[in-house]
Amino acid sequence: MKKRLLQRITFIAMRGVTYFIVLVIAYILIDIAWKGLPAISWKFLFSFPSDSGFGGGILPAILGTIYLTTGTILIALPLGMASAVFLTEYAKQGYLNQSIRLAIVTLAGVPSIVFGLFGLGLFVLFCGFGVSIISGSLTLACMILPTIIVSSEEALRSVPRALREGSLALGATKWQTIRRNVLPYAVPGMMTGAILGVGRAAGETAPILFTAAVAFKMVLPASVWSDTMALPYHLYYLATQGQDVVKVRPYQYGTAFVLLALVLAINLVAILIRSHFRKKYRW
Amino acid sequence: MVDPQTNSPDAAQQGPTHGLTVPTAQPRLKKTPVRAHFEPKVVVEHLNFYYSGTQVLFDVSMQIPANQVTALIGPSGCGKSTYLRSLNRMNDIVEGAKLDGTVLIDGQDIYAPSTDVVSLRRRVGMVFQKSNPFPKSVFDNVSYGPRIHGTRDRSRLNEIVEASLIQAGLWDEVKDRLDASAIGLSGGQQQRLCIARALAVDPEILLMDEPASALDPKSTARIEDLIGELRENYTIVIVTHNMQQAARVSDYTAFFYEGKMVEFDATEEIFTTPSQKQTLDYVTGRFG
Repeated sequence: MKKRLLQRITFIAMRGVTYFIVLVIAYILIDIAWKGLPAISWKFLFSFPSDSGFGGGILPAILGTIYLTTGTILIALPLGMASAVFLTEYAKQGYLNQSIRLAIVTLAGVPSIVFGLFGLGLFVLFCGFGVSIISGSLTLACMILPTIIVSSEEALRSVPRALREGSLALGATKWQTIRRNVLPYAVPGMMTGAILGVGRAAGETAPILFTAAVAFKMVLPASVWSDTMALPYHLYYLATQGQDVVKVRPYQYGTAFVLLALVLAINLVAILIRSHFRKKYRW
Repeated sequence: MVDPQTNSPDAAQQGPTHGLTVPTAQPRLKKTPVRAHFEPKVVVEHLNFYYSGTQVLFDVSMQIPANQVTALIGPSGCGKSTYLRSLNRMNDIVEGAKLDGTVLIDGQDIYAPSTDVVSLRRRVGMVFQKSNPFPKSVFDNVSYGPRIHGTRDRSRLNEIVEASLIQAGLWDEVKDRLDASAIGLSGGQQQRLCIARALAVDPEILLMDEPASALDPKSTARIEDLIGELRENYTIVIVTHNMQQAARVSDYTAFFYEGKMVEFDATEEIFTTPSQKQTLDYVTGRFG
């Protein structure tokens, strides 16, 4: 009887914890939506800021975040997938490979401000890209690469060996096998990594602090070489530089709401791609 | 690309043993092969094989006749699968695998540095123990091989797919659902699909690694019938656990034990009057 009681208590505790987490998230989301929605208007979404950024719209910040996130994914996804393919399919499994894996996992735990300073040193100053979308995207890409590599590796390893052998036995080259008979089945898993990465890239402030973002800009970025406003940085700016709290607060909530909605929208695209591939290839 | 269903003349030119050899045309000769007709397709000499330092094959020498079915029998772990996989170099992808000795196919050393593994595997098809259809449509499964070898023309692909499926005895069952996923087929159908897929690249040799071990008796019988039909056009090497199966489908049988090839002879000899005591003990069920 005691065992069953213990089991019941454990289950109830686990259920309680789960509900608690859901509640906290729901509270945050509802709070932001509740206070942010009133600030949302066509003017807010589609016009330029005024009053040193404390009034008007946030169009440059929205576009800036879209540019940065897109740039990050365009850089990080191919790089991450390629290195995952190399590590799982081509590299010799040995000491060196293990060290590289360890380095990648460690990289995932590096604080984002360190990436920001690294980006400042390498891309902004050394490469001479300046404070720009390209520098910011490269910095964010470095930050989310570990996530993408690890989940891509996982996805590649989950493709059964029998499928590779079947393809090789037909006279396919290793690359043909990977390209046609491994990668397509690994896409859903890779997308999961991309989803996690995009969320982080869109929301981080520290990595773009010195590499891409400016507080206030009355023109849209002309090219990838321009600096830009960005939602998370704008939020940070509103929260720290605002003098008139009552006046600025709706803008903060509005901005936070837009950022959340944007991340959700980008994730939705990734989720659609994922479910498309999941449906197409099942084994 | 030659139509796999018929022996086209150019296939016969490429491989002297392709299609035109005498023994298979006369079924009654099957069980009592005349040595003069023994045309070796594969010649293996002093083959030793190691997995990460552990030797699993010891000095195997054996000639596999063209356009005949050769069965490899023996207890689990005797090296017969390893031997089979060394004929299309599938062992290459196993880390720590090492091999010495020679394997000649039509006189060409397949382990020579100049050998192109890709074209070798195209000539030496393989069917695996566990059917491994790709999670694609039936059509894409069969056309996978021709496509990677450069066939783009849709009508040509259609012909190859149909011919291969007919040859594998699956056409009537799947002709209305070529676009359906191969994963939805039954186990026996999946295995015949894998055979069709292997035939679609028009190989000369077909290696089968216990192709029916995971199937029910009815599907097994279908696969065995199929092997009987395919021997006319292909050199077949089949690994099997099932001695009745070896006796039913093969012309020649090799008995492997503990990494050594104990005996190789016409199947009838192996099952009635083997020259080695170990062989006799095994085929009469005294061990294994």
